Amino acid sequence: MDALRVSVWRGKESGEFRTYEVPQFASQTVLDVVTYIQRNLEPTLSYRFACRVGMCGSCAMTVNGKARWTCRTHAAKVAAGNALEIAPLNHLPVIKDLVTDMTRFFDKWAQAQGRFRGERTRKDDFARVKPDSAQRQQADAGIECIGCGVCYSACDVVAWNPDYLGPAALNRAWTLLTDVRDIARVERLAAVAGDAGCHACHTHMSCTELCPKHIAPTASIAGLKRAVTGAVLKGEL
Amino acid sequence: MNVRSQAMLWIAQRASAAVLALCVIVHLITIIYAVRNGLSAAGILERTRGNYGWFVFYAVFVAAIAVHAPIGLRNILSEMLGWRGAALNLLVLVLAIALALSGWRAAFAVFT
Repeated sequence: MDALRVSVWRGKESGEFRTYEVPQFASQTVLDVVTYIQRNLEPTLSYRFACRVGMCGSCAMTVNGKARWTCRTHAAKVAAGNALEIAPLNHLPVIKDLVTDMTRFFDKWAQAQGRFRGERTRKDDFARVKPDSAQRQQADAGIECIGCGVCYSACDVVAWNPDYLGPAALNRAWTLLTDVRDIARVERLAAVAGDAGCHACHTHMSCTELCPKHIAPTASIAGLKRAVTGAVLKGEL
Repeated sequence: MNVRSQAMLWIAQRASAAVLALCVIVHLITIIYAVRNGLSAAGILERTRGNYGWFVFYAVFVAAIAVHAPIGLRNILSEMLGWRGAALNLLVLVLAIALALSGWRAAFAVFT
């Protein structure tokens, strides 16, 4: 197999792509490629990863123009010929090389009231929620988010409106809104409504297309729009 | 502008879009009918003058446009130029009023 020609972003907000030759291996992931470069060719290359098995959400990068979780992305499947271009995630400040500052991304989860608020205490019995109930299934559809930032990086609206909460935070709000144990419904709807919230979504569906966990944040955001509309018409908001 | 008002704008734009979907179809069919049948300006006026049906239809059409277009323009200016705040809201409000008044004036002109 020919070697991969890998262009990797070096620098901060300003910087340049540098090209490295990386031997190809069977079932080689993009994260393997980056790791090879750091261990053999460019020891100062900075990137972020932890679990390597698609659970932690820390290794997302822009690969040939699309945001991807690199630990579960086979290099051979996304290379253009034998060329790979690896850049940091879009819409987030670059700390160094492939590492972005995700503070803004997670702050927006907090802004969207992404924290569960129940009324039971440890002295109460467990809440019994039927897994096959319609509301629980709506929540389950979005609950497996690993916070990788792929959707946020892929979203055009985030680029146009830096205040926009983004698909992940809104999806998180939706999973709590559909959680029958949660009691912060109206506060959460107020947090996710409006120009910086669910109403900014243009339904481009880039988040849904690229989510590595096959979640559909677009559907969650549509659910929020319906819920906000209901709340506004009822005078709750 | 609070989030309730922002949400109301979104609802108003979707509701007006639903009205426009119907109005645009009727309007296009009317245009095609008028052109294909060679209706003159006098012929058109003959049909619209005193006709409450057409007057109400176009009054509603204009109202839907006056609601829909300025809200969409507000989004476009906000996203493409980063323009936000009271001045933008005032501009689109003025545009909404101008669209409504000029449109209703035209509808009234072919009614009377």
